[in-house]
Amino acid sequence: MTRHTPARTMRIGAALLTAALLSSTALTAQAETPPNMLVIAQRIDDIKTMDPAESFEFTGADISRNVYESLVDFDPMDLDSGFQPALAESWEVSEDGTQITFTMADGHVFASGNLVTAKDAEFSLRRAVMLNKTPSFILTQFGFTPDNVEETIVASDEKTLVLKLDKAYAVSFVLNCLAATIGGIVDMETVMANEVDGDMGNAWLRDNTAGSGPYKLASWKPDESYTLDLNPEYAGDAPAMKRVIVQHIQESATQRLQLERGDVDIARNLSPEDVAGLEEVDSVKVVDELRGRLMYWSANQKNEILSNPQVIEAMKYATDYTGMQDSFLKGQYITHQSFLPATFMGAIDDTPYSFDIEKAKGLLDEAGYGDGFDITINVRDAQERIDIGQSLQNTWGQIGINVEMIVGTGAQTLDTYRAREHDIYLGAWGPDYPDPNTNAGTFAYNPDNSDEAGATGLLAWRNAWELPEMSEETLAAVVEQDSDKRAAMYEELQREHMEVSPFGIMFQQIEQNAMQSGVEHFVAGGATTAVSYWVVTK
Amino acid sequence: MAETTTNGGGRSASSFPPKWLKQSVSLIFTVAITLLGLLFVTFMIGRVMPIDPVLAVIGERASQAQYDQVFQELGLDKPLIAQFAIYVGDVLQGDFGTSIRTGKPVAEDIARVFPATLELATIGTILGVVLGVPLGVLAAVYRGSWIDQLSRLIGLVGYSMPIFWLGLMGLLIFYGILGWVAGPGRLGVFYEGLVPTRTGLLLVDALIAGDWDVFKDALSHIILPACLLGYFSLAYISRMTRSFMLEQLNSEYVITARVKGLSEWNVVWRHAFRNIAIQLITVIALAYANLLEGSVLTEIIFAWPGIGSYITTSLLANDMASVLGGTVVIGTIFVCLNIFSDLLYRFFDPRAK
Repeated sequence: MTRHTPARTMRIGAALLTAALLSSTALTAQAETPPNMLVIAQRIDDIKTMDPAESFEFTGADISRNVYESLVDFDPMDLDSGFQPALAESWEVSEDGTQITFTMADGHVFASGNLVTAKDAEFSLRRAVMLNKTPSFILTQFGFTPDNVEETIVASDEKTLVLKLDKAYAVSFVLNCLAATIGGIVDMETVMANEVDGDMGNAWLRDNTAGSGPYKLASWKPDESYTLDLNPEYAGDAPAMKRVIVQHIQESATQRLQLERGDVDIARNLSPEDVAGLEEVDSVKVVDELRGRLMYWSANQKNEILSNPQVIEAMKYATDYTGMQDSFLKGQYITHQSFLPATFMGAIDDTPYSFDIEKAKGLLDEAGYGDGFDITINVRDAQERIDIGQSLQNTWGQIGINVEMIVGTGAQTLDTYRAREHDIYLGAWGPDYPDPNTNAGTFAYNPDNSDEAGATGLLAWRNAWELPEMSEETLAAVVEQDSDKRAAMYEELQREHMEVSPFGIMFQQIEQNAMQSGVEHFVAGGATTAVSYWVVTK
Repeated sequence: MAETTTNGGGRSASSFPPKWLKQSVSLIFTVAITLLGLLFVTFMIGRVMPIDPVLAVIGERASQAQYDQVFQELGLDKPLIAQFAIYVGDVLQGDFGTSIRTGKPVAEDIARVFPATLELATIGTILGVVLGVPLGVLAAVYRGSWIDQLSRLIGLVGYSMPIFWLGLMGLLIFYGILGWVAGPGRLGVFYEGLVPTRTGLLLVDALIAGDWDVFKDALSHIILPACLLGYFSLAYISRMTRSFMLEQLNSEYVITARVKGLSEWNVVWRHAFRNIAIQLITVIALAYANLLEGSVLTEIIFAWPGIGSYITTSLLANDMASVLGGTVVIGTIFVCLNIFSDLLYRFFDPRAK
């Protein structure tokens, strides 16, 4: 059963009607933005803070990436090549693998005019651990704690930073994590000058920035806009766009109108209907980019029926992957069945499951549930998820599984999921940092399956899935020093996971950004990172 | 000293407490109770809603230790009634808490978004009154004529069309195709920050600064959403005006006036209209209050950073401090507008005294 409020139905109807009218009306671009200014229409109401030690939302990551530099970073023009030297020009790993010594590059300067030194890096990383905000686990998983940072994160001089880890982790793992938002290096002097009540500048960095990246934050009006101006001290090549203005526009149809009128250069949240409507407009192009978000369903192993592997396999076969991909998800999701998003190190593109009702029926018969059974599926109140839920309801229904859909707000469904009270949960998961362990550590790791463990951050735990061997394999992969070998370990882990896990991974997100045809090199960040404005030209 | 006391006592014995004081005290008491009730209801709704305010702050990836820390920071470990008492105490000092969504004090957020709504709703209401009142009067005077039918049609469309759809159509036609007005938002991106914020009302700020370009741009942005809102209040105001007017036109004094040979213009505007003016004040105040809180969809379509979209976005993000703060402010305005129209009513209508 799906619940639709009248207001919602009305809105959807109105949106469809508008889309139809829009598609029959070709507008000509009439305005033009200045050549050195990038104007973007985007939903940005998820921004909570600009502080890299706390920021954990998509838009926050976008800003951080353009404002802060980190020790290592990804090249937007070649994301696949992995981390590259940035503020650190080189690094050395000790023989036992537990110590990494970074040598800082010369010539990097903060927007304040202060030179970037190893002391700033030491301060920034220590600060992120000590503030202990949500994303701090990305650093603390290497054994850093607020109590030990003075010994474990040390700048021995202006140019040298030493990180002492609690284990010999794969260097690629450590460096990938340092390339995440939390690895952004802040200007110690400026930040501490704005400290209030021992908050290490946390309140000030909410709406101010102090980095050495290509841009600095000029203004942020919540739910309205943010503006980035060029950082005149930036060490790299001067970006073509001197100013970037991102306007908060919630409605897809409104974004589209602005793009067609030429009032914005890029529209970032267009519905499939609006993207389709833009096909006829010559002055505009749509650029597809694979992002890291996966759409999946998972089965609570506390449910006896769902803990039967054949039942799960039957459900994986009774999922209409291509049907969904080609209809309501058109252009915005692509079929993907493993836990690492494509373009991640070690990602595979195997798709062993296809829509096969006969096979699914046979599996269910073998499992002893030929007459079917009743289950519930918890779905968040978002259109694409409700559509997927309805498709599952329909196709699982064809093999006798009677599905009741429980639609709720994000918080409602999440509460049920974290309390392990669901049967099936329909969810989306995005990587937290650009290393394969981010997803392996949550989809294929659960060291303690007891209720008391309360490991709510692990998806395997949330589904009460006990997997001692795979957990070991996941741990082994983070300490494998040979990158090729490490990638192979993840490939194997995913194939095993696909076969036996109670996770039905279905799709990976494609972001469709529509822009004026003259805009070049707009990189939204792929599966691993965030947007890079400094390479954009138009 | 004794004399003074006696004199004072004597005076107050005859007129104390004076009637105006008694009325004022009772009014203040009523307002206080109403607002306290409003606070209580919104607070309770916030607490019984099946959402976890802690998760809203820390996100789903946080550890249990981080969860517990924020749980305490938000005061959720205290009994409900204690939480409410603390909340009321804070509100009395103008502290609505901190928005978890913007990281800023809710009072500061509201001070930022409210002028945008106020500006939009005020212009919308003015348009609604300027057009709606004469239309309603004419519809009553020429009852059954084409003008009456037209006003009926306008009212019907106003009540039945989804504002969401009308807004998008307006944007498509007047911004997209014709290019007569500016697009979404309050101001073009190139005019941002040119005029110092004094009142938060962009048109007023631009006038104070004497910046005509900014004024024209702001006007070009506000005109479409204001017309849309104006249309909706017009529909309501014209219907109410019509029915008030009909009542007056059928009353005896109007007939007498006509018999005495007064011109129709005099009868309608000097006599009948005067008598409905007071009733209209209440209607207009209500229409105004409705626009202040009910323009959510308009604000979303036109990317208008006002209190309606602020509360909605906060609600979707489970940011209860912002939702409570916004609701209390809107509720207070409702109460104040009601009292205001009530006072005007008493002031102008001798019967109410």
